Amino acid sequence: MKRMIVMTALCASALALPALAQSTRDTVQERGRLICGASQGTPGFGAPDDDGYWRGLDIETCRAVAVAVLDDKDAVDFVPLTGQQRIPALQTGEIDMLPRTLTWTLQRDANGINFTTPNYFEFTGFMMPRDLGIERVEDMQGATVCVQTGSTTEVVVADVSKKHDLDLSPVVFDNTTAARQAFFSGRCDALITDAGALASVRATMAEAPGDYLIFPATPYVDALTPAVAHGDDQWLDIVNWSIQALIAAESFGLTQDNIDDHMDSDDPRIRRFLGVDPGNGAALGLSEDFAYRIVKALGNYGEVFERNVGMDSPLQLERGRNALFSDGGLMFPLAFQ
Amino acid sequence: MLRSLWYSSRVRGWAVQIALLGGLLALLWWIAGNTLQNLAERGIRTGFDYLWRPARFPISESVVSYTPADDFFWAYVVGVTNTLWLSAITIVAATLLGLFVGLSRRSDNPLLSGLARIYVTVMRNVPLIVQLLFWYGIATSSFPAPREALNPLPGVFLSLRGVYAPGLIVAPGGGLLLGLGVLVVLLAIAVVLRWPRPPLGRPGWAAICAGGAVLTLWGMSRALGHPLALSFPEMAGLNFRGGTQLSPEFAAIIFGLTLYTAAFVGEIIRGGIEAVGKGQWEGGRALGLTERQIMFRVILPQALRVIVPPMTSQYLSTVKNTTLAVAVGYPELGLVVNTVINQTGQAIESILVMLGVFLTISLSVSLFMNWYNARVALVTR
Repeated sequence: MKRMIVMTALCASALALPALAQSTRDTVQERGRLICGASQGTPGFGAPDDDGYWRGLDIETCRAVAVAVLDDKDAVDFVPLTGQQRIPALQTGEIDMLPRTLTWTLQRDANGINFTTPNYFEFTGFMMPRDLGIERVEDMQGATVCVQTGSTTEVVVADVSKKHDLDLSPVVFDNTTAARQAFFSGRCDALITDAGALASVRATMAEAPGDYLIFPATPYVDALTPAVAHGDDQWLDIVNWSIQALIAAESFGLTQDNIDDHMDSDDPRIRRFLGVDPGNGAALGLSEDFAYRIVKALGNYGEVFERNVGMDSPLQLERGRNALFSDGGLMFPLAFQ
Repeated sequence: MLRSLWYSSRVRGWAVQIALLGGLLALLWWIAGNTLQNLAERGIRTGFDYLWRPARFPISESVVSYTPADDFFWAYVVGVTNTLWLSAITIVAATLLGLFVGLSRRSDNPLLSGLARIYVTVMRNVPLIVQLLFWYGIATSSFPAPREALNPLPGVFLSLRGVYAPGLIVAPGGGLLLGLGVLVVLLAIAVVLRWPRPPLGRPGWAAICAGGAVLTLWGMSRALGHPLALSFPEMAGLNFRGGTQLSPEFAAIIFGLTLYTAAFVGEIIRGGIEAVGKGQWEGGRALGLTERQIMFRVILPQALRVIVPPMTSQYLSTVKNTTLAVAVGYPELGLVVNTVINQTGQAIESILVMLGVFLTISLSVSLFMNWYNARVALVTR
């Protein structure tokens, strides 16, 4: 019932509000807060810690934008959204950006939202208890799969089942927690979602994480990408280049600790990145040192990754395809000039 | 002339009504126009073209057959039939259980009336969603895994996947045979009951009718190529195959919703019975009727007048309460609509579909109950 009220409210706000004339940047600066959509709790990617402070890879992506626009990584309000509320919330302006393990798909892109820069590349995976003895999709004959609605995974279940003639029976839940609980209670043989979130669930909800195996559901890797609403190109650029600042900083070897030592660098590209040579900030409608401030506040992409989901975190994910292109990954820094 | 028009209360009445209606239509027009403009500015697709595109997402269980290759329209139909199926079962079961609870609360047996009172108090005071999650928790935690399924009867398996039992396979022509079968059995019963002094006496006549019915049905089944067969569940891969399944999701929502609704129905029925005057009981006893006869032939028919109007609201809330099934993963219309919104991004259209469907169901229930109310209402002159 509650979510129906939320949906109706979202619809109603689409009905009643006249179109916004003000730019998103101005709105955010006037408000003094950035509002980001967040998950209902996927530790490592986005969840409040014991003190109620939001942490995670997606959360820090949002904080990077807050640093760029408001010069304060804590000037952010996070709105937990179900998979199904998140896109309408973005389209209707309830939130300014949506960094929430959102897969970049054509249908979503064409229908009212713009994707920015991928902050995580991952396959869609199945997690199954090891004692069932199944290690690949082809052996999942007759398996029952817990699915949460509001994601691309529902379609993946149907496609995989048809492709390998598996006769999978899906049990679909409208909220993430219910799907996960049903899986751990044994209602389903498998849980499906993107493999990063599976690792998060395994690390935080399983009694013995070692008892569960994660394997790819399809051969395809998806780009999980923060999105913004259609209709504000400047805002799209700001979010894009704030995420780029994290990636570029890593390619330059700039970290939270050493960035101050590079302020007198001879490399013209680093000088422009840091705002020592001006131009980049003004072009985006931000202060010249926005990239410097992002790295100073949060570190580079590698630091953000390791802190939240890397080998030292409970999730213990390897950089793999999320490493810089120069290390064989897919993270590619664009030219800061 | 104008003066007299102005002072005519009829003309003035109409003028006010037309102005109000016009204002309302203009407001709706403005809202619709504004919405379309806003949606267009935000680059959100509008319209109902998506209904005919393949839905691609799976639905875990359905009354009518469904595959992800079907279109969105059919997915809605699946949601609607699931909602109707759920509502119908709940309303019938809750009415029967409620009647029992209502009568129990009036019972002279202190144990029975006490239990009924506790039941009503607990059910009415715990939020429905909590009850549903409780039953779902029980259904998904107190049974063994499918490989160690309980097997209380041959062909019946109890596990975390729900209950699997032998099921009827209906091949083409099977529906026809089933319909004919029901007809033949009804006919045979009618013939037995309606003939006061048949040759060979009643038992003999009943045997002849039953024999005739069985022979006719077997003959028809043969002519149609035996379209009905039993299928037994068997373990294949990770799950059972064949037979019919009662899923934990469906069991939880039916169980929870019925128990919850029955408490309200019980109170409505008890209220209706207590509204019938004490003199009716005394009159019945004076005529030498048994307590049972008084209850079912004198009191309940009169109580119905009081019971039917609040019962209509109760049925309507039951239909609307089925949307809580999303919490336990049963794919009624609400869950299907949520999924469609996510897949297409067309929230307004989907919510409109849901509004339309629930309005239609609720109005139909109300119309039927009003008709029934008119039938049982006291005829006064």
